[in-house]
Amino acid sequence: MAYSQKVVDHYENPQNVGSFDKNADDVGTGLVGAPACGDVMKLQLKINDDGIIEDARFKTFGCGSAIASSSLVTTLVKGKTIEEAAQIKNSDIAEELALPPVKIHCSVLAEDAVKAAIADYRRKKGLPALA
Amino acid sequence: MKFPIYLDNNATTPCDPRVVEAMVPYLTGKFGNAASRNHSYGWEAKEGVELAREQVAALIGASAKEIVFTSGATESNNLAIKGVAQQYVDKGKHLITVTTEHKAVLDSCHALERDGWEVTYLGVDKEGFISLEELAAAIRPDTVLVSVMFANNEVGTVQPIAQIGALCRSRGVVFHVDAVQGLGKVPFDVTEMNVDLVSISAHKMYGPKGVGALYVRRGRPRVRVQSQMDGGGHERGMRSGTLATHQIVGLGKAAELAALDLKNGEIERERRLRDKLWTALQANLDELYLNGSWEHRLPNNLNVSFAYVEGEAMMMGIKEIACSSGSACTSASLEPSYVLRAMGVDVELAHTSIRLGVGRFTTEEEIDHAIALITEKVRWLREMSPLYEMVKEGIDLKSIQWEAH
Repeated sequence: MAYSQKVVDHYENPQNVGSFDKNADDVGTGLVGAPACGDVMKLQLKINDDGIIEDARFKTFGCGSAIASSSLVTTLVKGKTIEEAAQIKNSDIAEELALPPVKIHCSVLAEDAVKAAIADYRRKKGLPALA
Repeated sequence: MKFPIYLDNNATTPCDPRVVEAMVPYLTGKFGNAASRNHSYGWEAKEGVELAREQVAALIGASAKEIVFTSGATESNNLAIKGVAQQYVDKGKHLITVTTEHKAVLDSCHALERDGWEVTYLGVDKEGFISLEELAAAIRPDTVLVSVMFANNEVGTVQPIAQIGALCRSRGVVFHVDAVQGLGKVPFDVTEMNVDLVSISAHKMYGPKGVGALYVRRGRPRVRVQSQMDGGGHERGMRSGTLATHQIVGLGKAAELAALDLKNGEIERERRLRDKLWTALQANLDELYLNGSWEHRLPNNLNVSFAYVEGEAMMMGIKEIACSSGSACTSASLEPSYVLRAMGVDVELAHTSIRLGVGRFTTEEEIDHAIALITEKVRWLREMSPLYEMVKEGIDLKSIQWEAH
């Protein structure tokens, strides 16, 4: 697979790899994908009382573009409100990384991971799901 | 060391310099057409071709007259399978092969199925072996061919060819073996093993690409195949087309050298390097799963699932090593290896498989470098793997409701 330089850069120097305590009140965790499909993404968002994403961490089992998509999305969400983060589209990620068509699902997974992490946070806080 | 380190010798091999040296004169001075009977250019081309025929025959215990040159093993497999099916159509229209065969065999069978033949595809056990009992039960009065590969190209499993051959002979069924992967690595003899047709490729044994051969038994019992291409009736009518002299000479030299590898300790050297690689990786890393058999395996092949590390990401990490993966992400179909799936390997583990193939030009220094690099990158990717983290936390991954996508 011939990847764009941006995918290679994110793969070789992934941003924000790691984990937060998934039981912490201010942490939302999204776990998306399936081992049988060859990619699983875990995205965690640390969200302050103003609803701003202060920090993000990821761990990903998947190909180079799945790792790059996760890495990129952690950098995109930081500093955003959860409403803004929920607006991130997979196409933003796919375009930024110049993903080939067969790898578009990696960017979809990253978008889903953000939404799943926000939903988890809102559940913990007893808030309704975002419309 | 030259980078990337070439550890994909089950995919192809470089030409041995001695092969190239043998070939070159046939591109220039000895350029004649081996079918030209009236001048010395033709004679010397014919001489080169006939020497090659003997060299190839010697590698498999055949006689030179039983060797038909082709463009490669894909053509040999097509010629053997379709050629036998069409030749023996009066006896019946049933063939038997195995789910883990090369695509050239499987797709030849599929083509015959579209034309009204019936094919039984035998399954394999978790190490990739067929069951002799199942084969015996599958043979019918109308069965005209059994086709089983010598060694699998992905996992290196070496089938019990002699036993299969004895069974086929006793039941009067023609037996074809795609022997591309095993020749020059594991002893092979058409007489001892009762094999009737053998597909051979040059480029898997340090010869040039674009040339191969089909062994077709001539006596006790004589086997016939219908040609698949119309033309000048070369190769005793089985394969028309002007002989590619330089390619054939290269195949012959490669066969001679491959036979030598089995005698001069080269195969044992490769086996030792392969074993060193596997032993060291197991010492350095946990949760490694060998795919295929350890006992009956190509001496140069290693196929390992590095659990929780996706194969393509792994290959990006070890880009200083040229190898291949059974991961879906590396295939055009986005499906993981059909060979691993047929063996019952979990699809999760199939995604993490890597094939490493040692060769004649692999050095110990390269293996040492590969061990260090693979160890480092698997550790790094596992640090990044949510699955590895969950398993280390004691979570059973099978207990989680994953959302397939």
